[in-house]
Amino acid sequence: MKEKETTEHWDVVVDADKNRISINIRELWRYRDLIMQFAKRDIATVYYQTILGPLWFLIQPLLTSLLFIVVFSNIAGIKTDGIPGILFYLSGLTVWGYFLTSFNATSNTFVTNAAIFGKVYFPRMVTPISKIISSLFIFGVQFLLFLGFLIYFMLFKGLHMSVNIYMLLIPYLVLVMGGIGLGAGIIISSLTTKYRDITFLVTFGVQLLLYLTPVIYPMTEIVGKKRMIILANPISSVVEGFRYAFFPVGQFPFKHLAYSSIVMVIMLFAGMLMFNKIEKNFMDTV
Amino acid sequence: MSDVVIRVENLYKHYRLGMIGTGTLSHDLNRWWYAIRGKENPYLKISEKNVRGVKGKSDYVWALEDINFDVKRGATLGIIGKNGAGKSTLLKILSRVTGPTKGGFKVKGRIASLLEVGTGFHQELTGRENIFTNGAILGMTKAEIKKKLDEIIAFSGIERYIDTPAKRYSSGMYVRLAFAVAAHLDSEILIADEVLAVGDAEFQKKCLGKMKDVAGSGRTVLFVSHNLVSLRALCTTSLLMQHGKLIASGETNQMISMYLAANKQIEGAAGADIPQSESSVFTGEAKFKKLYVLDENGEPKNTFFFNETIVIVLHLEVYQKLENVMSNIFVLNQFGERILMATANSGYKPCTYEKGEHEITIKFNDNLMPGEYSFGLSLANFFTGANIDFVESFGNFTVAKESKSGDTEYPWATVHGYIQPDTDWKEKKIN
Repeated sequence: MKEKETTEHWDVVVDADKNRISINIRELWRYRDLIMQFAKRDIATVYYQTILGPLWFLIQPLLTSLLFIVVFSNIAGIKTDGIPGILFYLSGLTVWGYFLTSFNATSNTFVTNAAIFGKVYFPRMVTPISKIISSLFIFGVQFLLFLGFLIYFMLFKGLHMSVNIYMLLIPYLVLVMGGIGLGAGIIISSLTTKYRDITFLVTFGVQLLLYLTPVIYPMTEIVGKKRMIILANPISSVVEGFRYAFFPVGQFPFKHLAYSSIVMVIMLFAGMLMFNKIEKNFMDTV
Repeated sequence: MSDVVIRVENLYKHYRLGMIGTGTLSHDLNRWWYAIRGKENPYLKISEKNVRGVKGKSDYVWALEDINFDVKRGATLGIIGKNGAGKSTLLKILSRVTGPTKGGFKVKGRIASLLEVGTGFHQELTGRENIFTNGAILGMTKAEIKKKLDEIIAFSGIERYIDTPAKRYSSGMYVRLAFAVAAHLDSEILIADEVLAVGDAEFQKKCLGKMKDVAGSGRTVLFVSHNLVSLRALCTTSLLMQHGKLIASGETNQMISMYLAANKQIEGAAGADIPQSESSVFTGEAKFKKLYVLDENGEPKNTFFFNETIVIVLHLEVYQKLENVMSNIFVLNQFGERILMATANSGYKPCTYEKGEHEITIKFNDNLMPGEYSFGLSLANFFTGANIDFVESFGNFTVAKESKSGDTEYPWATVHGYIQPDTDWKEKKIN
């Protein structure tokens, strides 16, 4: 009888004794409409009942940039590679912001979605992926802001800028940023289902990470051991590369970008494994 | 290829009681600290009441134990059991919301589960937007939802508000829309938990009708409800669960009878010895010793079918001859209010009890509405009304909505009143 059963086709097989890891891409694809629906909902509901609506996506990086100009550029006197302050900070903040929103939105997946997850099944990866997409939208808006400033400086401030080949790498840089954000996010979200303490640690850690990323300072100012530490941060090369695409100073960080790509793949893979393990029974511990 | 679409094999699920409501490191450390001092888990105490089917250590509870069953294509299977019998846990595992501890199950086709109506509804989104999100959560594609959008809106009956944010909806509208989406799912297998317990009577009827359509269209339905009436209407076969175990399966009517009968065994027969402490007035002249709640055949019971005869047997011990007294029995509703009084001497005349033990048998002929009741007893002086023995409330029993034969059951969610009077209706057209 057992042998007959194996020839039968079952669409879903759940067996606690065979705890295999499965990352079902086909199933995720079937739920692509849900991914988009969640992403749309996230974007739409952010500015419901606000007067400024999506303008808030712009005000944040703008004010932060102004603050950085005053504090780091004027008071602390940190150089900006000869790039106008607002463009220097905005370029860094835009791409760093994509990491930050992706990471923040995905790192609490299980805890914030416990109510839905407890009532209905869909591939749990749908939620973090949809967050990456809605974050991408916010990144897009902020990127347009940066381009706006760039054009303004070219037209009225005589900033000289030529089109360069590295601009073609921007989509890849964004992809790596999103990948790292997603990978880190799902790792943390898997860890926080049982121990919420990690949430506090992570909030603090992300704040520190900003200072280990060349957002406030240019990479050219950093030498020696400090440089090694900062380049160990996989986000650094992405921020650096993004800025290089518009303001080529020094060299494009190919080697470091390769390192970041490898870290991204490892994080995504490890994250998926952890996520997969947690998603089966997390409802009992969340 | 067999016709089995769901096969559950040796399914086990355990919960660690100590985990409930905890899960932070500090609590785990605290538990560990108690453990190395050889003390009981401090978090176990809150959940002690749940301990059932204990296996080995007491901080593990089997929510499901060795569940095996097959569901054939097109079957409508009901799951019956008391709270905590494991019904919802079973549905959760089959819906893949949580995983089993041991064993597993296999499914052919797409499962849609409705463990709750309106999962993922967002307050800020309009009804129309919520249809799309909710539909997608339940596994529908955008194209499928678009195709059925008009039908869904029409079924919900809230066309006028469909472009208004859901936060402006009344709770009834909310539920209507949510069920409308769920009702239009096109999955091969539908798992539903108590979803009919929503909305007003009219909408409940509509939902039940829709569920029947779903079942009639050859799709497989698994249904849990405490409403045995709708369960009977919907499901031809049922599983009966108790304490996490599957104790029987078969025809729904039979399972319902077993369930009601099993209740009796679990709770023990109602009544029996009335302890002294139950008497709020006691002069020492006489005492109600025993109260049995029985069915027509003299079987002790505490859950009765609708329109079933209830027989009370009272034992009254009289310590000295009593004259000019009367004994009364009250029926109290679940709020402890007396809803009726019956006197042992229906002519309201004083009577006399000789010294010794007396047995009084009282028959209630099919006149209680579904609900939870208890009895009150009094033996009083006929003229002064002074109580000799008075028992405020004793012997809880339930009248179910289901009838013994299945044809005269109580059909609605709301029960109006407590007693069905013996009325005589005459109707004629006068205009």
